[in-house]
Amino acid sequence: MEFFLQLLINGISIGFLYGLAALGFVMIFKSSSVLNFAHGELVAIGAFLFLTLVTSAKIPVLLAFPLTLAGTFALGFLIERVFLRPLIGESLIFVIMLTLGLASMFKGIMLFVWGGNLYMFPDFLPSWLSFRGAGIYVPPVYVLSTAVGLVFLVLFGFFFKYSSQGIYMRSVADNQPAALSLGVNVRRVFALSWAIAALVAAMSGIVLGIINGINVHDLTSIGMKVFPVVILGGLESIGGAILGGLIIGLLETFTGGYLSPSLRDVIPYAVLVVILLVRPYGLFGLVEIERV
Amino acid sequence: MTEKLLQVNNISVVYSDVVQVLKGVSLSVERNRIVSLLGSNGAGKTTTLKAISGLLKPENGKVTDGSITFIDTDIANAAPEDITRKGIIQVLEGRQPFKYLTVEENLRVGTAALREKPGPEKLAMIYDYFPALVKRRKSLAGYCSGGELQMMVIGRALMAQPALLLLDEPSLGLAPLVVKEIFGIIKRINEEQGTTIILVEQNARMALRIAHFGYVMENGKIVMEGKAEDLQENPDIREFYLGTKADGERKSYDNVKAYKRRKRWL
Repeated sequence: MEFFLQLLINGISIGFLYGLAALGFVMIFKSSSVLNFAHGELVAIGAFLFLTLVTSAKIPVLLAFPLTLAGTFALGFLIERVFLRPLIGESLIFVIMLTLGLASMFKGIMLFVWGGNLYMFPDFLPSWLSFRGAGIYVPPVYVLSTAVGLVFLVLFGFFFKYSSQGIYMRSVADNQPAALSLGVNVRRVFALSWAIAALVAAMSGIVLGIINGINVHDLTSIGMKVFPVVILGGLESIGGAILGGLIIGLLETFTGGYLSPSLRDVIPYAVLVVILLVRPYGLFGLVEIERV
Repeated sequence: MTEKLLQVNNISVVYSDVVQVLKGVSLSVERNRIVSLLGSNGAGKTTTLKAISGLLKPENGKVTDGSITFIDTDIANAAPEDITRKGIIQVLEGRQPFKYLTVEENLRVGTAALREKPGPEKLAMIYDYFPALVKRRKSLAGYCSGGELQMMVIGRALMAQPALLLLDEPSLGLAPLVVKEIFGIIKRINEEQGTTIILVEQNARMALRIAHFGYVMENGKIVMEGKAEDLQENPDIREFYLGTKADGERKSYDNVKAYKRRKRWL
């Protein structure tokens, strides 16, 4: 029972991280229908930026964290401005190819600057964040990832549901010509979605880095893990991204714990196939409204 | 004489650098008027509207010649964001709702072009014009009927407090009674809000009934213009657009071979 609880808690906190990483991916897809293959790289860049600020620049963690988020937010803006904007109006396949190109470029730059080694963050999380009792132990970082996941879920939920900018973003995703005809600033919506995506990606990168250490290859491969998560949750759904993340996270830890650690990367995909057979648009994906 | 709000001067529009759709179209719109633009399919009515609203650009179209003056600035080939901020809002053909947004959220998007967001009284005004929308406000637009959607998209455009409203075939695919209701509301909007309206229509009878002035387009040119009453009496218009014979009788197909009126402007 204790073993089960321990796995459950680990699964949930890992799941929130996957969900958070997927959230950024969903942001971009929701507003511009672009599948961002460079998402894993954005995750890694966030972690490395934080690492550099904390270790090399010796900036206190509490300051380095917002600095990293601001930096990646700006980076997202810049990516949209420099690479994506010239492609507005072009066929979607070009844009997707571009994100593939961006992925290799970022990966190359990161390998060039930081190399392929494994880095560790200095231990900075206070121990009061951890939880011990009933025979289980939850390390502080897992508590952190769950809290961060929850906070962002609520934040984005409110942003999209009630704020004007959030509604504009949904309107652009829904019907771009109509949004243009009403004066919605479509370019700003795209830029904002990339900026927010880069920010949440960095967030998940930092927390994942605390758990597993920071390595270019490991972190960028999260980009691939995001796919089952978002396909499971539905490509357009914020809540679906988090829930998909939780399901994949739980599946991984339970297969790792009960079956075999070598199966943990396989079983989630098998379950994914089954779920997609039943609900092809994902658990919370938009059911196409078709007027006949 | 009322002042001119919009002056379209001899514009040509070319799509993808090769396809010329408009060949020297000129029209002028006075403040607080309803001007209707009639013509068959492919005459260039929608293109004229899109040239005014700036929506040609995303479709790779361009005004290559002439000028479009709104109040006193030239807006030919300006970005749609800038044009909407000057107070020109186009209601696209075929309704174009945001299907996955609720009716009320659709209306809120209408305020995107406004620097200062209006309060709830603006929404109340829209619901006053379109009472049918009130009970649908929380439901997804994708599940509303065609009539409700047409009301919603006109309401959505009204949220932007436009000085000039461009309506592209609001009667498309709607039941005659609904068309009548919507046209009544359009007339009310024009009278009560002082909104100037350019109305593109296939339904010439309806359009001429509420319009003050009309233009007839064919093959990318304006072929006829005049006061709405005069156009309604014009024998060519009666024959080709209103389906009555020049002398006022209903068109009969018994003797269709006997006499066929020619379009003398072609």
